[in-house]
Amino acid sequence: MSSALEKAKAPPADVPRDGPGLSGPVLEARLARTWGRPRGLIGWLSSVDHKDIGRRYIVTALTFLALAGALALIMRLQLAKPENDLVGAARYNEIFTMHGTTMMFLFAVPVMQGVQIYLTPLMIGTRAMAFPRLTAVSFYLYLAGGCLLWVAFILNIAPDIGWFAYPPLSGPQYGVGKRPDIWAQMVTFTEVASLAAAVTLIATILKQRAPGMSLARMPLYVWTTLVTSLMVVFSMPAVALASSLLLSDRLVGTHFYNPAEGGDALLWQHLFWFFGHPEVYIIFLPATGFVSEIVATFSRRSIVFYPVVVLSVVATGILAFGLWVHHMFATGLPRVGYSFYTAASISVSIPTALQIFCWIATLWEGRPRLQVPLLYVIGFIITFVIGGLTGVMIAAVPLDLQLHDTYFIVAHFHYVLIGGAVFPLLGAITYWFPKFTGRMMSEKIGKLGFWMLFLGFQLAFFPMHVAGIYGMPRRVYTYPAGMGLEWPNLLSSLGSLVVALAVLLFVLNMVRSALGGRRAAANPWDGSSLEWATQSPPADYNFAHIPVVESRAPLWGSRDHLPVVHGLRVDDRELLLTTVMDAVPDVREPSAQPSPWPFISSVAISVMFIGSILSPWALVVGAIPATIAMAAWFWPKGPPELEPTIS
Amino acid sequence: MSLHCRNSLLAFALVALLAGCNREERNSRGKPLAETAPGMVTPDTILPGNARPSAPDPRAAQYENNAPSISQGQTLFAQMNCSGCHSHGGGGMGPALMDAKWRYGGRMDQIVASIAEGRPNGMPAWRGKLTEQQMWQIAAYVRTLSGQERKDAVSARADEMSNTPPQTQIEREPIESAESGQQ
Amino acid sequence: MTRLAHRLIALPLGFLSACAGNQNAMGGQGLESANFIVLFLVFLAVCAVMYLLVLAGLGIALRRRRDAGQANSVDEDRHEETSARTKVALIVWTGLVTVGLTILTVASFFSDRSNASSTRRSGLALTITGNQWWWNVQYDTSDPSASVRTANEIHLPVNVPVHVTLKSNDVIHSFWVPNLAGKQDLIPGRQTDIELLPRRTGVFHGQCAEFCGVQHTRMALDVIVEPLDDFRRWYAQQLATAPAPTTRLQMAGYRYFVTRECSSCHNVAGSPAGGQIGPDLTHVASRRSIGAGTLPLNRGNLYGWIADPQSHKPGSRMPTIPMEPRDLHSLVAYIETLK
Repeated sequence: MSSALEKAKAPPADVPRDGPGLSGPVLEARLARTWGRPRGLIGWLSSVDHKDIGRRYIVTALTFLALAGALALIMRLQLAKPENDLVGAARYNEIFTMHGTTMMFLFAVPVMQGVQIYLTPLMIGTRAMAFPRLTAVSFYLYLAGGCLLWVAFILNIAPDIGWFAYPPLSGPQYGVGKRPDIWAQMVTFTEVASLAAAVTLIATILKQRAPGMSLARMPLYVWTTLVTSLMVVFSMPAVALASSLLLSDRLVGTHFYNPAEGGDALLWQHLFWFFGHPEVYIIFLPATGFVSEIVATFSRRSIVFYPVVVLSVVATGILAFGLWVHHMFATGLPRVGYSFYTAASISVSIPTALQIFCWIATLWEGRPRLQVPLLYVIGFIITFVIGGLTGVMIAAVPLDLQLHDTYFIVAHFHYVLIGGAVFPLLGAITYWFPKFTGRMMSEKIGKLGFWMLFLGFQLAFFPMHVAGIYGMPRRVYTYPAGMGLEWPNLLSSLGSLVVALAVLLFVLNMVRSALGGRRAAANPWDGSSLEWATQSPPADYNFAHIPVVESRAPLWGSRDHLPVVHGLRVDDRELLLTTVMDAVPDVREPSAQPSPWPFISSVAISVMFIGSILSPWALVVGAIPATIAMAAWFWPKGPPELEPTIS
Repeated sequence: MSLHCRNSLLAFALVALLAGCNREERNSRGKPLAETAPGMVTPDTILPGNARPSAPDPRAAQYENNAPSISQGQTLFAQMNCSGCHSHGGGGMGPALMDAKWRYGGRMDQIVASIAEGRPNGMPAWRGKLTEQQMWQIAAYVRTLSGQERKDAVSARADEMSNTPPQTQIEREPIESAESGQQ
Repeated sequence: MTRLAHRLIALPLGFLSACAGNQNAMGGQGLESANFIVLFLVFLAVCAVMYLLVLAGLGIALRRRRDAGQANSVDEDRHEETSARTKVALIVWTGLVTVGLTILTVASFFSDRSNASSTRRSGLALTITGNQWWWNVQYDTSDPSASVRTANEIHLPVNVPVHVTLKSNDVIHSFWVPNLAGKQDLIPGRQTDIELLPRRTGVFHGQCAEFCGVQHTRMALDVIVEPLDDFRRWYAQQLATAPAPTTRLQMAGYRYFVTRECSSCHNVAGSPAGGQIGPDLTHVASRRSIGAGTLPLNRGNLYGWIADPQSHKPGSRMPTIPMEPRDLHSLVAYIETLK
């Protein structure tokens, strides 16, 4: 025992490590071999590289965005004139259910997590995520859930109960057939995928930051990643529970949502919205992270009042859990309780108002360059604040009782989701595109696309405020003439066409630039965070040497040289773990090798989940291959080598 | 649950996935021209001279294993107070509907004939009081009470007080011929 | 609130309600909906001010001229410096936002309390039961024989507080007449209620405001607010049983109605037709619409609806009954007597 300990104290001399003796192109070649992805289809399915997984997440999520956007166009065409008969009632209900479900579960959260998975290790100066195979499973389960929903749509068994699927409409008696079950099981898939991604992001951020990157020096985007991942961990189980109880009611006749036997239709609403409200902040807070990064780079200075921004993000994340009843103001719960939720819902806008101050103050104190990413940020501020203010309006119970379930709400949430999340996302894609692909997006097409999107969005969604006040409820496939709804709806439909063209233009810009755009250097925008110290696109191993961070803006502080640490193994995948608060080097940790078992486990779990839509026995029978696959995945590789501690 | 039952459930599951389209077909109107509910369908299964029993009515396929029809049938069963005599399948003044004994036949068209014509000892005649489509829907629901329909088309329970085992868990009863129902 | 304030608000209110349609949150023809307009305008004003401040800040921040002499890149030594003025501005902004939001919260509370305390005197009591996709309306009286049951249409006397009890027979619906008040959900297994105090006469339109299935769009109701005498006249007429048919065609329609499918679901008081599953038809010809707002009530639409309800409201619970033309003629003739 003691001899083993003694052996552990001295680093094994025969293991090659990076350092003054091994650096430059020789080091890079060896690292590329160690961290490279195996070839072929099996290699593609076995990859655990966070950049691969992140890219797949983003491409899949953008595909779902396009599909859901096409559905939105169909809805707008149907609503362009009163008593239109383009789409029938049942089909329209399927379309708006698919639009909402796809946007919320298959686009908004996954795209944010995908970007987080791609960027987080690069921004904190490490080579991989904490649990690379879990991240891979997360993607495959997300893809499976999305395919389940859309294959159902193609087979004409799409859910038609609305994206929040209230029982008893989604219950066994009124939710006819298997449509609601498909919806509920898709939620299970995406919830498990989100949880898996969140868990690995939290572990990565807390333990794998570069030496010297204390929590107070973390980039603001990494802060938002940490806070939203914690929010995911606390909120997703609520919706998983709700949908599992619904599946149980529908499959085996339990009575969770059956008032006649002691259940309650409102139980669903509480559980769902306990998840649902934090979810919109899970979508919004990463966007604020994008905005902070872009504003800093394009103002050519650090964000003003970094501690205020961090505390605002944390406060928003915590407060978001205390608001959910504002979705239930019309359900007849005690009025005194409602007053609390009005106050909470209004006060959650205070931290966001502080963040907006800090961004504008940064632009004020800096020297802004009006390039496409900053244009999207400006569009975000102009648009999101409108959405936030209409949110303050509907936080008041007397106002909400008129405006709830009308097009005013539709306008509000599109303002905060598109203005508050999609605009920053498009700015972020433009900003990090050179890092992801090594090429710049076209600035001219980018500007044109921005203006089309911004103006088209206002045209499409501002009239919906008027339509809601003029009495148009949500989820209606048509409306009578003579209510004054003709012109708001027509304008909205025209605007939606402009938005569709703008999105198409953005995608074309992406594709064209990826194939033949101007080549980008490592740091084309002169950004300050660590990802700009890697190649464009980053090598498989991210950093040749792990950097050391001495300030909040490492690349601005040490322009000519970036201090690094030496000593990580080159012949095997090894990570440097640091302490949680101050990022002092702690231990070396091996990182997972590529493996096909995450993919195989996902297939087995998918079969189990999809089978359970039809029979509860699928859970039992399907657990067998899933267990076998996961046993193969976790099979120990041999006695762990003792790594020396770092003193 | 027996191995046989579980395997057939799993087999159902696979078939159900592929046959999903038929299960979810919605047809709110029924045939525009006047349908005639079968009235001349004999419940007998043993016929003189080794004659074959008549072929099942082709309209049955549209309603069997069709989730919207079964759901509407469930609603109508409650609204027309069928449970007043039949309880929720257990029977009372009227015969049980969840067992294997079918006095007047357990095929879809035979059940519809019973509903349309009425039967001795108290079954009212519903022809003219319900449309033919509604009678087919009720018949589809009645058949689920004894587990005749595929489990993926059936809803586990209604939103009322629990009065049957969950219908997705009911074992399929055989349909015994009318003669065996004699006492 | 002072009389002056009342008058100041009544002026734009009157203007707005003149422009507003009959299903419009800016109508303000009820106590709660009038309070909504006032509160909405307060919120709009405060929010507009905050928004303009943000826009002004953003605009100035982008347009400010800065020292031309500085290089195009980041100033490495000073990129984290912040002027003292910005710190003061942050505190002022925080204070401004907090004060503004507090004003709004307090305004909201006052409006809420005003709505809750609106009906001290007892007035009319209704029970509305939501079904897929129609409204069952029952006027509750202490004497059951004086209770009116109707469907999809409500008459209310002006300036009389109304207490509406809301129930549901199947899924969650939501009762919403924007000209009069906010909405309230009808939740199966629970009982909710809403207070209405109509202040102006008129014909208003309500609609179900919680997605309730395939024909959620076609679940509307008409609300007629009228002077008390007119209301009493209407009520007395609704209490009367249906008149006996007189012409041969009407009698044929009556016979069809009470012996065929219609009576399985519908009720006509005074006739053998006693189905409780569908809307009460005793005075259907006195209503403004058919099918919960699907079609305006007139002879042609009656023909179309009775002949094939599924083509107007596909998926609704009323089946298409195949019938001979003479049956259709006689039925419509009979229905038209049910005033």
